[in-house]
Amino acid sequence: MYPSRFNYESPSTIEEAIALLDAGRGEAKILAGGQSLVPMLKLRFAAPETLVDINNIPDLDYHHFDEGGALHIGALCRHEDIEKSTSIAEGQPTIAAAAPLVADPIVRTRGTFVGSVCHGDPQGDWAACMIALDGYIVAQGPNGRREIPVKSFVTGPFENVLAHNEIAIEAVVPAPRGEARGAYLKLERRVGDFATAAVAVALDMSGDMVLRAGIALTGVGGTTIDASEAAESLTGSTLDADSIARVAELAAAAAQPRSDHRGSASYKRHIVNTFTARALSGIASSNERAA
Amino acid sequence: MTIDEIKIGGMGASRRRVEDNRFIRGRGNYIDDVALPGMLHMEILRSPLAHARIRSIDVSKAWEIPGVRLVLTGDMMATRNLAWMPTLSYDTQAVLATDKVRFQGQEVAAVIADDPYIAKDACEAIMVDYEPLPAIVNPMQAMADGAPLIRDDKENQPDNKVFDWDVGDREATDRAFAEADVVSKLELHYPRSHPSPLEPCGSIADFDRSTGKLTVYMTTQAPHIIRAAVALVAELPEHMIRIISPDLGGGFGNKVPVYPGYVISILASILTERPVKWIEDKTGNLISTGFGRDVYLQGQMALRKDGRILGVRMHTISDHGAFFSDAQPSKFKIGLMHSAFACYDIPSAHLTATGMYTNKAPGGVAYRCSFRVTEAMFFQERMVQAAADDLGMDQAEFRRVNFVRDDDFPHRTAFGFLTDSGQYGKCLDVGLEAIGYEQFLKDQEEARKKGRLLGIGISTMTEPLGAGNSREYDILGIKMFDSAELRVHMTGKAILRTGAKTQGQGHETTWAQIVAHELGIPADDIVVEEGDTDTAPFGMGTYASRSTPVAGAAVAMVARKIRAKARKIAAHLLEVSEEDIEWELGRFYVRSQPDRGVTIQDCSMAAYSNVPDGMEPGLENTAYYDPPNLTWPFACYIATVEVDPETGVWDVLRMVAVDDCGVRINPMIVEGQIMGGLTEAYAMASMQFITFDADGNCVGSNYMDYLLPTAWETPGFELHEVVTPCPHHPIGAKGIGECATVGGPAAFVNAVMDAVKHLGVRNVDMPLLPDRVHQAVTSGSDVSGMPPVRTDAP
Amino acid sequence: MTSLYEEVSVTPVDVPVRRVTITVNGERRAADIEPRLLLAHLLRQGFGLTGTHTGCDTTNCGACTVLFDGRPVKSCTMLAVQADGHSVETVEGLASASELHPVQEGFKEEHGLQCGYCTPGMMMAAKALLEENPDPSEDEIRWALSGNLCRCTGYQNIVKAVMWAADKMRASAG
Repeated sequence: MYPSRFNYESPSTIEEAIALLDAGRGEAKILAGGQSLVPMLKLRFAAPETLVDINNIPDLDYHHFDEGGALHIGALCRHEDIEKSTSIAEGQPTIAAAAPLVADPIVRTRGTFVGSVCHGDPQGDWAACMIALDGYIVAQGPNGRREIPVKSFVTGPFENVLAHNEIAIEAVVPAPRGEARGAYLKLERRVGDFATAAVAVALDMSGDMVLRAGIALTGVGGTTIDASEAAESLTGSTLDADSIARVAELAAAAAQPRSDHRGSASYKRHIVNTFTARALSGIASSNERAA
Repeated sequence: MTIDEIKIGGMGASRRRVEDNRFIRGRGNYIDDVALPGMLHMEILRSPLAHARIRSIDVSKAWEIPGVRLVLTGDMMATRNLAWMPTLSYDTQAVLATDKVRFQGQEVAAVIADDPYIAKDACEAIMVDYEPLPAIVNPMQAMADGAPLIRDDKENQPDNKVFDWDVGDREATDRAFAEADVVSKLELHYPRSHPSPLEPCGSIADFDRSTGKLTVYMTTQAPHIIRAAVALVAELPEHMIRIISPDLGGGFGNKVPVYPGYVISILASILTERPVKWIEDKTGNLISTGFGRDVYLQGQMALRKDGRILGVRMHTISDHGAFFSDAQPSKFKIGLMHSAFACYDIPSAHLTATGMYTNKAPGGVAYRCSFRVTEAMFFQERMVQAAADDLGMDQAEFRRVNFVRDDDFPHRTAFGFLTDSGQYGKCLDVGLEAIGYEQFLKDQEEARKKGRLLGIGISTMTEPLGAGNSREYDILGIKMFDSAELRVHMTGKAILRTGAKTQGQGHETTWAQIVAHELGIPADDIVVEEGDTDTAPFGMGTYASRSTPVAGAAVAMVARKIRAKARKIAAHLLEVSEEDIEWELGRFYVRSQPDRGVTIQDCSMAAYSNVPDGMEPGLENTAYYDPPNLTWPFACYIATVEVDPETGVWDVLRMVAVDDCGVRINPMIVEGQIMGGLTEAYAMASMQFITFDADGNCVGSNYMDYLLPTAWETPGFELHEVVTPCPHHPIGAKGIGECATVGGPAAFVNAVMDAVKHLGVRNVDMPLLPDRVHQAVTSGSDVSGMPPVRTDAP
Repeated sequence: MTSLYEEVSVTPVDVPVRRVTITVNGERRAADIEPRLLLAHLLRQGFGLTGTHTGCDTTNCGACTVLFDGRPVKSCTMLAVQADGHSVETVEGLASASELHPVQEGFKEEHGLQCGYCTPGMMMAAKALLEENPDPSEDEIRWALSGNLCRCTGYQNIVKAVMWAADKMRASAG
């Protein structure tokens, strides 16, 4: 309940923040929403020397679509902003579907999208969405910026590839090639529970043809699972009973679940299969209705 | 001009609560809100291992941290004879471990510092060298040959057994089974659960060396029991101990036992000569304090083919953790488990019970259980469901055929209880009508044809509330009466104090309603206090739904004593003899001249200014109430559910509750209690449990793993009422607080089982997690025991 | 707050300390604090506003919910230093000098509390909901309060309390 001591800095520019991270030599951590970090501090699972609070840096709380149709989410964009966003509800259905399922409504007022991806919790919902959407993180360090695909961003539970002196300033979801369709289905026993299993599906469609697919799995491995084989098998296909069943099977095969008190490994794999099929069937029926 | 009882907040009024006035303003006075000058803060270091020898404890680095005032270990407690303490079940429990730790989370050291952050820093600096030992994580392991001995601290303890006990008539039951047409069998496990009131436990101990008085603020549901226990343990004289139980953020039985933290804080205050505050965190509460349940059942029912139950056999195996510390009537080792089947007219029954030690937190009797009656009634209604199915009989009809008849009260059960009154059939009728039973069965069949799984579950039970009569009930030898002291002031306002201790049940509101009923004094004119042993009359506290039956009765009785004296004063004021006096609410009048009367306020004024010759002035009294019997409310809970066969997720469609708790003092509060209990029932049926891995690591020691349902998952409840007064209670009331927690889980579980029984499934043990239901649905087999736990956790 | 005296430690320890100024229930208040101090603890122990409670250690229960710049946050999961320059509203700020807030009235009227421990956080979350959505459905109320746990009531009366408050607030808004 009581964090150990740390130094605290509250920079007002990104450059200051980077300089503080640099000086911290790996013992400094960014504090954004704090809804993942502060609980770890309280349980003393984390004990950094310095916290660099970026909440006073202006103009990081945005989300918008650029002219090309890519979605940019700033480092201080809160889960709640995404949940309430009409542009995202229209333009990025996978993300819109996941937003209400992240933690609980109170946590969502503070927690940030980018912070959640950086935290690298295999139970984090946003990483699965970003992987399914081929999204990337924009990192800024003393030597400038770089783009890191989320697929290679998280390397293990609570580990990401950011250098100690880099800060993630933005998440970007590339513009869909056709119509963006998607779903996020999560089995949680109650609001705020860790997922027993969850599936993010993101499709770019033209009519009933899938131009690009992304499928990612939450809570069924040491990190978020990129069910790439399942996704690729959908590319260039239509959604019908056969293709859906095949893809669901491949997604389930990609899962690496462990048995625990939420469910057995085989059950979690079964849920991946079931939810992938339901997500795809849901997209197919809404396509039919729209047609 | 008779007074309207409802208008003055008498019985039957849904009087809005007095305690709300401070709670809605954030002006409650909970233990962590209390600050005393010079107060220090205590944190406890807990064992990470479930079973281990302690080789050494090095506290030197902890002492070096600025702001640390005292570091305590078991050895230091031992020099003062405080390393071990007696429990409420005649066992002993470690206060701070000396030789071994016996459960994960056990108290190993304590730091007292200027603030809790520093105390926590210092705890981290304590080095303990453990030698791990194999852990026993269930009673079957505890019983196995060659099992490690957990309680090697006790003399005459050769194994891990806590007790063997039995009750009932073995021979008669054997005969019944020999005659049976059908024998129905069921094995069940009621998983470990935890009351988890939102506010964890804590104490502020303040020993004043100049007066020799020890004051302890403490989260306790039974302050007088604590005073007695502290006098015993700390060897301080009883009159120099004051226990103050402030506002409690829930109790549910978790705040009855004496916890090591309380004892350590008392010693710390004596040693530092400062007040010492200990507030545990949620993990400490879940991992170490009094849990509930964790009982296995082997049940058998002897049946005649017309549906009559001839006999019942129950064998229970209970997991008590490392110390036998339950607060329960001392005569009954497995609590009131033998109240099972009390609502059915069964000629013979026999219960055998075995209790075992394990390397887990101590407890078992807690969590709104009425002393193990949660287990009893869950086992009962699951066995009843299985029996009806085995006979191919309708669930409602099977129950009806076996119910104790309305005119058969008082009824002696096969296990020896005497139930008081009831209209069981009527309650069942109300429930079936409300849920639309016949129609639902039709809908269920239609749905099944389309692959949808609907289910309906019934749970009916009567339970024993109001422990209890002095012939049979005691805790540590102290009889389980309760008390009320009423002082009426000159102007007819009053102060009432009782030996109970509310934790949300609304005593400040409801006890005043009883006095209003008896004396006609408006409830708003009566202030109610509980919880301070210096001022409250001796009582055994509030748990097991005993307060309305016992303390509430004492309130009625003391008010009647006051009224009896007031009658004499009235006669004096009206200058007639007492025989000529009549009473109506709030007023005495002359029978032959009804217009001539005096109000109760006239009498109270006279008590201080104009008493008859020979009468002592004043208008106050005390009543101690030894209940002649327990009270027996009845409930019929019916749930309907739909199960998703693809995922095993189940949703509650409707939940109908019919409760008969006799006369209701405050209907609004009664309904609140029922809804809270039904929520706990739903929680235990669906998601809320504590389990352990093979090494004794606890899963369920925080709110990420120990799941409490939110407003989103919790179903809505439809409440109905039947009133069958209690014949032996002064105001005809029965207990109610725990009924829904006791009877509710079986309704949900029975409903899910009903949805899948056509697939060959007879039982899925709680929690009915989606995985487990799905497993049952796809395999057509039962799912027993606890969910698996990952043993390769990092 | 008196400036006549303040006792300090004779052996000052070298810990990082920051001055924060926070508008609490409309009143500017300042304190010198360690960065590791949680906002809930500053409110409770520092400012004596003990109406905000703590009930877990994993950010689940919501008993500590306060309004931070008008939005509900779990004050046990914020550092007090983060509130510097911001406004915080606690349960103590709900009532005016003369009147209870309709949410408070609703909780009493509809028996939306028993032990009262979750109630301050529950009411702050409810207030935030009604400010955004003056006419919520039962589902919307249950959803908005799903970050606040209650052990006593079973939530049904809490929903009724919020509806009662919503009705009253809409009626007085005209």
